[in-house]
Amino acid sequence: MTAWLRLHWMAFGSTLAKLASTPFATVLNVLVIGVALALPAGAYSLLFNLQYAARNVSSDPEFSVFLALEVQKSEIAQLERRLKDLAGIEKVEFRSRESALAEFRKHPSMGDVLAALDRNPLPDAFVVRLADNNGDVLDRMAEQVRGWAHVEHVQVDSAWVRRVAAAVGVGRVAVLLLAGLLSFALLAVTFNTIRLQILTQREEIEVAKLLGATNGTIKRPFYYYGALLGLLGGGAALGIVFSAFWVLNRSVAEFAQLYASDFRLDRLPPADLASILAFAAALGLAGAWLSVSRHLQSFEPR
Amino acid sequence: MIEFSAVTKRYPGGHEALKSVSLSVADGELLFITGHSGAGKSTLLKLLPVIERVTSGSVVVNGQNVSSMRAAAIPYLRRNIGQIFQDQKLLYDRSVFDNVMLPLAVTGVHPKDAAKRARAALDKVGLLAREKANPITLSGGEQQRLAIARAIVNRPAIIIADEPTSNLDTDYAGEIIDLFIAFHQVGVTVMIATHDEDAVRRAAGKTTTRNVQLKAGELIL
Repeated sequence: MTAWLRLHWMAFGSTLAKLASTPFATVLNVLVIGVALALPAGAYSLLFNLQYAARNVSSDPEFSVFLALEVQKSEIAQLERRLKDLAGIEKVEFRSRESALAEFRKHPSMGDVLAALDRNPLPDAFVVRLADNNGDVLDRMAEQVRGWAHVEHVQVDSAWVRRVAAAVGVGRVAVLLLAGLLSFALLAVTFNTIRLQILTQREEIEVAKLLGATNGTIKRPFYYYGALLGLLGGGAALGIVFSAFWVLNRSVAEFAQLYASDFRLDRLPPADLASILAFAAALGLAGAWLSVSRHLQSFEPR
Repeated sequence: MIEFSAVTKRYPGGHEALKSVSLSVADGELLFITGHSGAGKSTLLKLLPVIERVTSGSVVVNGQNVSSMRAAAIPYLRRNIGQIFQDQKLLYDRSVFDNVMLPLAVTGVHPKDAAKRARAALDKVGLLAREKANPITLSGGEQQRLAIARAIVNRPAIIIADEPTSNLDTDYAGEIIDLFIAFHQVGVTVMIATHDEDAVRRAAGKTTTRNVQLKAGELIL
């Protein structure tokens, strides 16, 4: 058992030594992998922030019903009853045109505008809230109410939130496709690097095998090499994404202030960062495995 | 105890290197396998560490039929057989010391113990003073001694050597043979393939040896 651990430790050590002995090639390889992975990693964190921003905006299942201006009190009461009778309604809240006007007056820039008008331009309105957050039901109900008498306009506030969510969903598929494609770049880089190593170390491998090295002992350093290369590449990718975001952050902060929301790009949770690194290391390992199983076959006795 | 039973080895392409060879080697024996080049000496030795597998027949080492051994078990067999290759197979990208360390490094021996054992092996063949040298700077005889040090560092019970004295002056060849005699005298089974008649005579003059001759793949006792 201790011999086994020692073999692992020695394989790890020799891998580090190998990486350090060819610094230029190592840096180039790490950068190639880093750039390839930075694209999907960057797109992913953009999406993540978009989603985060959308989550801060209310996506409650409610719609507003604006009534015609000439509607009578009795008709309002009747409408309220009809709304309350709809299935799945949690709350119906009436907002009179007077209270809406009062609210508008509080707004400093609006006061003058309203004063210039000779009558209240605002309609009476209901805010209808549904019990379940189901976009389809919400849309159908809004459509139904839209057809009623005395109803001027029905507005579903959460519609755009759902549109953003749908866009994020599409974006996520795109990121996955991109990640899948660029993973091949990482696989190819490790595969090829390790193929070259096996070729240059052919003699050593042959002799080690003759002297009683197991296949595992011979393959182990290559696996470590692949995984380590992937890990370093993943680190480089995160480095690239973070420095790109650091630059972007300055302009985005201004843009986000206009929308009164805090929109920052470095909000990826540590678990996601760890899984990007783990993914890169796993890909490097897979490339190493492919390469080793293709190129180390010819050492068995016939 | 090593037992070759009706061993036939046919290489791809049809060349028959060994034809129904039967031979048993007792523990601690010093055996010379002589014959012209192409007679099958190397092939016979390669069957022991399963560098080649038999086409038919069997090779049994210490009760283990190595000819049908699965690939995963072969490394452990090889650790018990000290091999001196015809082309030596030294690694010129590392020092004399690291060459001898290699068999220990691949089995995960503690580096401290390994270093001790490597130095003991180098001392045995008289190369301790050259441990930091690159093998390329050694003379032919020294390179052969290095190959021997690497073969014995695992303290194997069996040593096989393929033409260990070829291309060496008589003096150097004599030193090499004396080393094999020393291993034989401490109980190691030694099998040497050679066409060097002087070497065989020299050994016979110093200790009990046995000679077998191969001719076109067939054994002549």
